[in-house]
Amino acid sequence: MRMKWAFLSVVIGVLAVLAGCEPVMVLDPKGPQAETIADVIWISIAMMAIVVIAVFGMLVYIVTKYRASKQSADYEPPHIEGNPIVEGIIVGIPIIIIAVLSIITVKSTYVVEATPEGYEDQKPLVVYASTSDWKWHFSYPEEGIETVNYLYIPTDRALEFRLYSYGPITAFWIPQLGGQKYAMSDMITTLHLAADEPGEYMGRNSNFSGKGFAENVFDVKAMSPKEFEEWVDEVKKTAPTLTEEKFEELLLPGHLGRSTFSGTHLEFSPPPEGHGSHGDDADASEEHGDHDE
Amino acid sequence: MTYFDRFAIPHPSPAIYASMVAIGLTVIAILFGLTYFKKWGYLWREWLTTVDHKRIGIMYLIAALLMLFRGGVDAIMLRAQTAVPDNTLLDAQHYNEVFTTHGVVMIIFMAMPFIYALMNFIVPLQIGARDVAFPRLNALSFWLFFMGAMLFNISFVVGGSPDAGWTSYFPLAGNDFSTSVGTNYYLLSIQIAGIGTLISGINFMTTIFKMRVPSMTLMKMPMFTWTALITNAIVVFAFPVLTVVLLLGTMDRLFGTHIFTMTNGGMDMLWANLFWVWGHPEVYILILPAFGIYSEIVSTFSRRNLYGYKSMVASIVIISFLSFLVWAHHFFTMGQGALANSIFSITTMAIAIPTGIKIFNWLLTMRKGRIEFTVPMLYTIGFIPIFTIGGVTGVMLGMASADYQYHNTMFLVAHFHYTIIPGVVFAMLAGLTYWWPKMFGYMLSEKIGKWAFWFIAIGFNVTFFPMFFTGLDGQARRMYTYSEATGYGPLNLLSFAGAIVLMAGVAILVYNIYYSTRYAPRNIGSDPWNARTLEWATQSPVQSYNFARTPHVESTEAFWDHKKKGKPLFKGKIEKIHMPNNSGMPFIMSSIFFVWGFSFVFSMWIPAIITTIAIFACMAHRSFEKDDGYYIPVEEIEATEKDSEVLTDETR
Ligand code: HEM
Ligand SMILES: [Cu+2]
Repeated sequence: MRMKWAFLSVVIGVLAVLAGCEPVMVLDPKGPQAETIADVIWISIAMMAIVVIAVFGMLVYIVTKYRASKQSADYEPPHIEGNPIVEGIIVGIPIIIIAVLSIITVKSTYVVEATPEGYEDQKPLVVYASTSDWKWHFSYPEEGIETVNYLYIPTDRALEFRLYSYGPITAFWIPQLGGQKYAMSDMITTLHLAADEPGEYMGRNSNFSGKGFAENVFDVKAMSPKEFEEWVDEVKKTAPTLTEEKFEELLLPGHLGRSTFSGTHLEFSPPPEGHGSHGDDADASEEHGDHDE
Repeated sequence: MTYFDRFAIPHPSPAIYASMVAIGLTVIAILFGLTYFKKWGYLWREWLTTVDHKRIGIMYLIAALLMLFRGGVDAIMLRAQTAVPDNTLLDAQHYNEVFTTHGVVMIIFMAMPFIYALMNFIVPLQIGARDVAFPRLNALSFWLFFMGAMLFNISFVVGGSPDAGWTSYFPLAGNDFSTSVGTNYYLLSIQIAGIGTLISGINFMTTIFKMRVPSMTLMKMPMFTWTALITNAIVVFAFPVLTVVLLLGTMDRLFGTHIFTMTNGGMDMLWANLFWVWGHPEVYILILPAFGIYSEIVSTFSRRNLYGYKSMVASIVIISFLSFLVWAHHFFTMGQGALANSIFSITTMAIAIPTGIKIFNWLLTMRKGRIEFTVPMLYTIGFIPIFTIGGVTGVMLGMASADYQYHNTMFLVAHFHYTIIPGVVFAMLAGLTYWWPKMFGYMLSEKIGKWAFWFIAIGFNVTFFPMFFTGLDGQARRMYTYSEATGYGPLNLLSFAGAIVLMAGVAILVYNIYYSTRYAPRNIGSDPWNARTLEWATQSPVQSYNFARTPHVESTEAFWDHKKKGKPLFKGKIEKIHMPNNSGMPFIMSSIFFVWGFSFVFSMWIPAIITTIAIFACMAHRSFEKDDGYYIPVEEIEATEKDSEVLTDETR
């Protein structure tokens, strides 16, 4: 029995340490998409806590009440096949819980797959984010600039990331702005994000992609639209042009610090958009977004 | 790459040279010992050629325990490396190889043989059969599995281990990005073991359908047999997919096809799809037998019949269907769109309903019982809360939008360990302790066993619970290191401490086996737990023919009814028993398979062709062989049964 108390105090100790910590990234959202997901997570934690408490409570109660050491020597446990009412409850309540969670899931999944709420009428900032072993290339086609391993974004503007990879499957993830999505070599996946607050966030490839995976990270800086404009102008004026040779060099495996270029690689190394409708960007990305398999 | 370069280890380290030496010495010691004690003949006659399901079960058990050790060492290395930020114990390449082999060893070469160990030993006894339907195929299954495991295990000393994760996603696992032969080992060793498993699946389905004693209808089968039946049905449907996907991967790597490549029309998503079409049912292949084991134990030690037997059966059947309808939840983030994700979310979460039914049924079985806290029961009681956490986090992961945040993080790692460890490891340890007297004729020490349980249960929670938090804090899985600034350090250190406690628990368990083998009393009778099902109605250890006479069954708990209500269990008189002959063929053929696999790993075509022909020759040989088995005469059976309680209280 002493062991059981030791066990409980360990668990309580761990929880106490954890409670003292800063809010974890996923539950500290800085954009509408991450916020939607954080809400879903909190609701699911609450609903699941009910289940956990019910099971734990029943277990502790039954195990203390019906232990052999507390019973008279001649107690013969009864033979019980089952009971329709009890079985109805243990099937019915989970069905209700799962139904509620399903509705929440479907709704929120459509929300995070679309342009963030409140930004539907403005034109999103399109950024092509591609990976090569083990770097991130961010191309801003409208601005005509490209960065490596860091990402500047304006706040209060819808962002549309188009993800693909020059190597193994990777995943683009900025936990405080929203969920991750895979980047693959033969198709584009689209991720809609937005940032509400200026600040610096962690971004990384979250899908294992070989030796350099752990360091396959990028810094994200969200700034006011005005500052963003200024930065773009600055880059255009000062950064060297991205040539095809230079880009080929960047693609070689290895790690790099940050670099900045004017011009993008999209012209000489086009993304795997395919599927005909090249002209209409919005439609094309929709189509890719739904593309299965 | 020149010919000999392939055999070189891609990243040699002192640890690997040390293991090479250790492996070499162990092999020499074994060979020497066998020769010195003149045990070659015994080994060959009694074990390598055996077709007895009980011996095969024990061999599966030994293999599984060895692999548990191997996978455990890997696990400690992984946790040691991530215990503190910026650690340099392992480099990235070595870490990648270790987590890949850890995953493969644990799922394919530890958990699978463990469940087949118990199924082999127990299922024929629970249904009152003499053996499985195809004893010789059963031996073949074991040896194929074993040779596959050995092939996988030599990878790190000959040519290098696979390093693309146990999911081995292409194109990372393709030739362009995994240049060593490691992934070839992955593809071929799992292929060989997988064929063995598929054969077992067919064998056990046939056994359970055809070999039950005539009075045992389906709804009178004990719960473990039910789960074994459904598990093997899943095997029969899921493993062919694995065979195909491994074959396609092998063609890409060895024959230059472009199925999963980035260019020439290859499709990397196809791997993820096919892998998980097998992979998700696979996790239910692992969990369902565990459910069966817990059902037996909970009713034995609550001294009550299993509550809701019918709903238990219904729920495993429903789970087996659903397990095939959810695979895409492993790649919600692959850009398949909101509609597909919604559908797969709902099917995924639906699995929680039948799973929940089972949890409540176990609880209701304990209710009004007379609960005894034996070691198997402790594992069962420990399983319920831990697995509940695994299940509810599974539901959380099943919500597609939220999974965009959990996917690929330590949260996921925590979830599946919270399901697999109580679900497979606890269940196997519970089942092992429970059925140990049946297998070996003596019991494991309860006292030492309880210590082991507490170390394992506490160590497990301390290891894995922190991962839920680091996952939500953005720690991706499979990162060999992280910086101090991330703040993941303290929780990872805690997790390492937990892993040490867990390992200590396993060490205590090993000590228990040693201690009990030396000191445990041997005169424990055939039914030391006062159990309920048929396997306890025969001697311990079990005679080669299992039951001298066919038992008569009227309920799921025939033996209990016999003990409590005096229902006769054995009727009729003893007759001669037909038994199959031993055969060296399964072992020989599997050894050829080993060489076959090795040849393919290193693209050595001449031995590959020779062994391919040899394999077909073995099959041809078998098809022309005349082998009618032999009979055990009545006198011999009567002599064996002389002291058996079963016989005395009935026939005389
Ligand atoms: C209530 C039932 C369960 C639900 C709803 C559930 C849900 C999920 C989901 C959605 C994932 C994918 C998460 C991701 O990749 O982001 C997952 C992963 C996993 N689950 Fe479960 N699960 C359940 C039970 C189980 C059981 C019983 C087992 C094992 C016996 C298991 C083992 C695993 C494993 C091994 C993975 C990780 C695979 C990998 O990516 O390496 N789960 N689960
Ligand atoms: Cu799954």
